[in-house]
Amino acid sequence: MSRLLAAIGATTLGLLAAIGRLALFVGETLSHLFRPPFYPREFGHALIQIGYFSLPVVGLTALFTGGALALQIYAGGSRFDAQAVVPQIVAIGMVRELGPVLVGLMIAARVTSSIAAEIATMKVTEQIDALVTLSTHPMKYLTLPRVLAATLVMPVLVGIGDIIGIFGGYLVGTERLGFNAAAYLKNTADFLTRLDIISSLVKGAVFGFIAALMGCYYGMQSDRGAMGVGRATKSSVVAAAILILAANFLLTEAFFSA
Amino acid sequence: MIRLTDLHKSFGTNAVLRGVDLHVPKGESMVVIGGSGTGKSVLIKCILGLITPDSGVIEVDGQDVTEADRDAFLARFGMLFQGGALFDSLPVWQNVAFRLLRGSLKRPKSEAREIAIEKLRRVGLSSDVADRLPAELSGGMQKRVGLARAIAANPEIIFFDEPTTGLDPIMAGVINDLIREIVTEMGATAITITHDMASVRAIADDVAMLHAGKVRWSGPVAQMDDSGDPYLHQFITGSAEGPIEAIR
Repeated sequence: MSRLLAAIGATTLGLLAAIGRLALFVGETLSHLFRPPFYPREFGHALIQIGYFSLPVVGLTALFTGGALALQIYAGGSRFDAQAVVPQIVAIGMVRELGPVLVGLMIAARVTSSIAAEIATMKVTEQIDALVTLSTHPMKYLTLPRVLAATLVMPVLVGIGDIIGIFGGYLVGTERLGFNAAAYLKNTADFLTRLDIISSLVKGAVFGFIAALMGCYYGMQSDRGAMGVGRATKSSVVAAAILILAANFLLTEAFFSA
Repeated sequence: MIRLTDLHKSFGTNAVLRGVDLHVPKGESMVVIGGSGTGKSVLIKCILGLITPDSGVIEVDGQDVTEADRDAFLARFGMLFQGGALFDSLPVWQNVAFRLLRGSLKRPKSEAREIAIEKLRRVGLSSDVADRLPAELSGGMQKRVGLARAIAANPEIIFFDEPTTGLDPIMAGVINDLIREIVTEMGATAITITHDMASVRAIADDVAMLHAGKVRWSGPVAQMDDSGDPYLHQFITGSAEGPIEAIR
């Protein structure tokens, strides 16, 4: 019994220590936001890497998800003669939930892993130490540009994902399920509210922050050697995915609980 | 001048530095030798502030480094890392001119490139390599680029971490000669850590041997062979027999 209690205690202390380390990391990252020097080249590079080069994966994910969603809603709705709600449910489903969450998870897979692997490799090859000896703060040079870029560019990616997802539903609805094109678009536009769109973009910003932060955090914490880099990469993606899903629940609760 | 007084550093239960005292006069080239895992790298990382010592005092020109302005302090240093530690994503010339492209030492891009190419020439590399990525260079060339980066901002103090590790004997000799020339030419204070005795003889004015977390012996390189210290003697002769335990 005492061994069980000791194990629970050790796990709890470990968890609290990890939360503390992460909180300090977030605090240090944000503390560099308004303190020069700034690295606009690094920021621009991160914007392109995280934003522009993620467009294909975001677009394809949203397109197929929107199409599948339309088919499912049509099939489910037909059980109680409610097939006509396909445009509205596709729109609300994509904009409120699937758009931001799926884009967030794809970014966690594509961007978080790449950031963690890159920074962890820099750490094990002493490039982070070299930065310090060259009077360059690693948090300012590596972490802040990536976190800032992901936070700013993710709402754009989510917005594009939402539109492409709705377009996927529209394609399936009009080409396969017999919906009138103009009516489909009108129903979609009429049904969506400003709050739906704002919630989607805010979720995007929060998920972008989480995705880049986890990549940087685990990269900087990496152990030595190839195993250390592998472990840092894996942990960063798992942590980012779980935190994105948890944050999604909290944000949905905050925006839409009656 | 660099002075370390009673420096201690442990990692968990592993006490790496157990009271290191070391004095490096201005303009001197000090080589720190010792077996693997004796804390040579930890020692220079403590001086640079990359690792925080548990206790002890580190002074540069009489000033405690913990009280110095960090940026101004680091601007006085250059460092050649064991593996080069070149930034993979930047071309060679931007690696060399890294410090000159940002921060307090920032210069116009064209001027920084010119200085980088001049420093590359100084270490025996032509301007052809300037636009290549580090991964496209051989190990010896990467070391030279690392050396060019270390001297790019004309530092007063230069650290060399295992400068010849992984190089063939001829390239190791070339790097040793370059380090000696550059240190003499720049009048810089240098600390080199190595276990390559050819490097020691080529680079050192003074030698210090680390063993069991302390400086076991220190003195001019000319006195090294007649030190009478059995530990140092075993180390410089590379003998398996002696007071230093060799795990076989």
